[in-house]
Parts: sequence; structure tokens; C-alpha cells
Amino acid sequence: MLNDLSLLIGITLMYSAPLIFGALGGVISERAGVINLGIEGMMTIGAFAGAAVGFYSQNPWLGLLAAGAAGGGMALLHAVASVTFHADQTISGIALNLIGPGLALFICRLYFDGATMTQPVAHKLPKILGDNQFNSVTQNINVDVTVPLALVAMLILWFVLYKTKWGLRIWAVGEHPAAADTMGIHVRGTRYICVILSGILAGFGGASMTLAVIPQFTPVAISGQGFIALAAVIFGKWTPHGAYGACLLFGFAQALTVFLGGGKAPVPSEILAMLPYLLTILVLVLFVGRSAAPKADGEPYEKGVR
Amino acid sequence: MQKTVKLLRKPITSTVIAILFGFLVASVVLLAAGYNPAEAFGALFNGVFSKPKYLSNVMIKAAPITLTAVSVAFAYRAGLFNIGAEGQYIVGAIASTLVGYLLHLPAILQVPLVILSGMAAGALYGGLIGLLKARFGIHEVLTSIMLNWVALYLSNFVVQSKTFHQPNSTATYPVQQSSYTMLLPNWKLSDEGLAFLRQHKWLSEILLKTDVNFGFLAAVVAALLIWFLLYRSVKGFEFRAVGSNHAAAELSGIPVKRNMVQAMLIAGALSGLAAAMVITGTNPHRISTLAAFENNGFNGLSVAFIAGSSPIGCIFAGLLFGGLLYGGQSIQAEVGAPTEVINIMIGTIVFFVALTRIVPALADRLERRGIRHAE
Repeated sequence: MLNDLSLLIGITLMYSAPLIFGALGGVISERAGVINLGIEGMMTIGAFAGAAVGFYSQNPWLGLLAAGAAGGGMALLHAVASVTFHADQTISGIALNLIGPGLALFICRLYFDGATMTQPVAHKLPKILGDNQFNSVTQNINVDVTVPLALVAMLILWFVLYKTKWGLRIWAVGEHPAAADTMGIHVRGTRYICVILSGILAGFGGASMTLAVIPQFTPVAISGQGFIALAAVIFGKWTPHGAYGACLLFGFAQALTVFLGGGKAPVPSEILAMLPYLLTILVLVLFVGRSAAPKADGEPYEKGVR
Repeated sequence: MQKTVKLLRKPITSTVIAILFGFLVASVVLLAAGYNPAEAFGALFNGVFSKPKYLSNVMIKAAPITLTAVSVAFAYRAGLFNIGAEGQYIVGAIASTLVGYLLHLPAILQVPLVILSGMAAGALYGGLIGLLKARFGIHEVLTSIMLNWVALYLSNFVVQSKTFHQPNSTATYPVQQSSYTMLLPNWKLSDEGLAFLRQHKWLSEILLKTDVNFGFLAAVVAALLIWFLLYRSVKGFEFRAVGSNHAAAELSGIPVKRNMVQAMLIAGALSGLAAAMVITGTNPHRISTLAAFENNGFNGLSVAFIAGSSPIGCIFAGLLFGGLLYGGQSIQAEVGAPTEVINIMIGTIVFFVALTRIVPALADRLERRGIRHAE
């Protein structure tokens, strides 16, 4: 019983960590009024950069930093397009979802003998209780360090958005950029920072897949997590804690499928695998309802235009 | 000057510029990796144009993504972001495979029924997204993403089911031959047909070496019909009104919610049609286990955006995309550069399409300067 429970908790946390980073990235970008559909692409490039640098430097922490930088770099493109050039943010984000995986696989082939996957890293990111756990319960809850890091990231983002002057500025820029501008807030600068931060977080998310959950980058390491993170942003009503909760729910539903999949339930595994997604829709229908995006989400800000 | 301004204002100009940037960025990436871009693009060009069968394959590849692109473009005009085309495609493929396998009718009945079932499945799946948005206010992007995954697992469930799984394979049984939508499927293999084709090399290459089918024709017809619906009918005006300003549409008495559902039904049917044409028109005429999304719907998104959400534009953008995807394979074979350079290129094109708002703005600036000079 305790064993099963701890297993369920462990898998839930493990699955949700990459999603949480991605979703927090989505929250911060959209709070500042820039839709970021490119989370998937940024996570993929982060997943590759993390695994590649982790492999060559033999230091997973350097890998994590590289992942953040790679994601941030991709996000910079999105920021230039959507903030400076007033581009269509939806399209620009979709473009990054093509460029990110394309670039990741292209570079991967160059540095790993034409293969689309990296070699496994020598050292993954550490587990919270260290390597030597022999009790099955502690083994189950001995999650990757990315799990508490994700929690810390959520808490920081929550604190910044709700308790600081900075946060207030981000809200203002996302809700009513013209008003924010008249108050002397630098709309473009704020949006740049938020979009780049969103890429850095997404990059971390990618790396928490390829430096913690699995030890290497593969073409399917990131397959849809970015979109699920995006869904979690909407589900969590564009708040850090809401998105965090949504990711946990999602991770839990995933864990449940893994848990029940081992022949414990008389249901085909494919049907079980649908559960998280159906559950999400059901929860939305029953409890959440109308979504409330930041008012200026997706609108480029042009000075002097009403 | 006037001419330049006019030219810059045309939507096609921005698209062409975006495509040029795509080639430019791809060249830089190739150069940086130590490959010769000229050779790579030569291989790409040859991989598309050097043989009739290549061209035929490009059209076969372009058909489904053109249709899903029309689906996305249509929904976009109606104010909905149909990222769920992927899922609608998958359920369309499931339905047309099942109906095509279970029914044993003469082709004249079988083909329409199989195609209609694919369209109906896609329509219902798309309509569900519209309904959830209209009734409960749930963001269509969210439901789309969830339903894409549900469709993927549903497809795998069907593939693994006792009734449809073909033993010793990772796929279902194929559809009955009477469901085929290839060009002259029986004649081309008959003695008479083979004798004729032996004398016409060109035709024989296309007919015998590729699954040349009615898919692309269906895409063109669908694009034209959607254009007509959007721009030449009252219903289409309603869709566009809801799409451009739903508050204003509501105030002028247009039933916004009903239009949402209807638009998603149509968009879903188009994605379902894409799948039905693939199942009936190309080998292996069945669905297989999906390890990941095949991107038929997601590619449609890119194509629709390259086309500037114009249904007619989707035909050309679809061909371009199909050509890049198909011809891109020869880059790796001939030059050794990773095929993924094509994805980078397509991504760059889409990225610059997003930036194209600058081009008309540039035209405005040029015009103003022109006026100042004239004064």
C-alpha cells in the first residue's frame, strides 16, 4: 500500500517536472501579453542542448545551463518577431516549433556521427536523496532534483507576479499596454525580458527530460510536452500556481496509467493512455469553464495606436 | 515608385520574400556545417523535377497537407485556431479504414461511402471542439491538443483490436480494393493497360511507379469550394464576420455560437477528407500503430500560414511544402547534409511569414516619402 502510494507520487512528480517548467514559461510570456506557442520548440532545443553539453562536459549542471541558454536564444527570435516587428505571434510560435526540432536534430547529426540521438550522459542530474537508496519506498519518492527546482521556480514566479513592483508591471503590460506605457513602464523591454525568461524556463523543462527522466536526447524525447504545458497554462488560468496544479494533475493521470498499465486493470493500455486527456476536458467542463486570458495577450503594442 | 509600392502591398510579395529568406537561412546553416548549399539545393531541385515519378510523388505528398491546410485556413477565417486538424485527420483515417474494410460494395458506392465516413468522423471530432467552446467557453487550442492525443491512442486501440488487427503486422487489415481512389487502378495492371503503357514511358512511370490518385484533385476542388463559401456566400460572410469581430457579429444578429460549431464541423470534415484520400489512394491503404504524430495536421498549420490563410493559396503552399519534404530526402542521399535542414528552412519561411506585416508597412513608408518628394 505505502509502496504503491509512493510509486504513484514518485511517477507523478517525475512526469510533471518538465511540464511545469514549460508551463511556467508560458505563463510569464502570456502574462506580459505575448502568446508563446513555441514552447514545444524551445523545450526540444533545450532538451538537445542539455543532453549534448551534459555528455561532452560530463557535468549535468552545465548541461542545464546550456539548455536554458538555448531555449532563451530561441525565445529571443520570438521576442524580436513579436515585440519589435509586431509579427503574428501565433505564426511565429508555430515557426519555432519547426525550427527548434529541426535545428536540434541537424546539430545532433553533426556532433553524434549522423545519429538523431545523443550518447547517454555519464551523470544525470542528482536525485534528492542521493544514489544509495535501498528501501523501496524511499527509492520511489527519490525524485530528480528538477522536481523541487520546479516548485521553487513556481514559488518565485508567483511571488514576483503577485508581491512585487516588477510583477505589477508585467500585469499592466499584459492587460493594458497603453496604460502601462503612460505610467512610464517600458512595454517592449518588459515583454522582451518575459519572453526570453519563458524560453529559458522551457529550455530547463526540456533538460529535465533529457538530463533527469532519461539520460539522453532522442527525436521523441520531447513529443507534445510543450503543447501540454500550453494547455496547462490555459487550464491554470494563466497563473503560476494554477498551471503548476494543472501539470501535477496531468502528471498524476499519467502516473495512474503507468500504474494501472502493469496488468492491474482489465482495460487496454491505449484506453488508459487516453485518460489524462479526457480527464482534462472533463475537469474543464465541470469546474473551470470560461478561460480568461490576459487582455492584451497576442496583441502587438504600437505606440499611439488606440 | 508607384509600381514598387503596389508590388510591396501584394500579399504574394511578402510570401516570396519569406521563401527567399528560407533558402538564405538554410544556405547559412549548410555553409556553417561545411556543406555546399548550391549542391544541396541542386539535389533538392533534381529530387523534385528530374523524373515524372518524383513530380507525381510530390503531388501525392502535397494532397493531405493541402487539405488540412484548407481546414486550418478556413477555421482561421472564422476566428478559430484549428490546431486539432491532426486529431481530425487521425479519426478520419480510422473511420475510412474501418468502413473500407467492412463494406464490400461495388466501387461506385464503396468509394463515396468510405470518403464520406472519413469526412463525417473528422467533422464530428472538429464539431466537438466547436461545441465545447460555444457551450462551455473552453479554449479551442486546449481541447484540440487534448483531442489530438485521444485520437492517437484511439487509433492505436483500433489497430490492436481483435477484429481489425492483421496478424504479424503493426497495422489493421487494408481496405477492400473497391475503395481505391488511384487513377485507373485496374486498367493499369491489365494486359491491355500494360501493353499501352509500355509504349508511353512517361505515363507508365507515373502510373506504375507511384500511387497517383485523386487526392490532389480533391484538395483543389475543396480549396475552390471553401473559397466560394467564404467569399461568395452569405454563410461565408457570417463566418468571416464572426472571425474578424465576434462582438460586432453578435450585435448585428449573427448567431456566433452556432457559427463556431458549424465552422469547426466543416474544418473537421476537410481534415477527415485528407485522411480518407490517403487511405483510399496510397499504399498500404490502412492505419498502423502510431508511435508519434505523423504531422499531417500540424504541417497543415504551416502550409495555411505560408498561404496567408487563403484557401486558394493553400494549393500552392501545399505543393511547395510537399516538394520540400519530398525533394529534401535527396539532400541527405546526394550531399550527405542532414535532411532536417528542410525543417529549418520551412520553419524559417513560416517565421518570416509571421514578420510580413513589415512589408506593407514598408510600402506605406515608401509612399509617404514619394509624396514628400513630389511636393
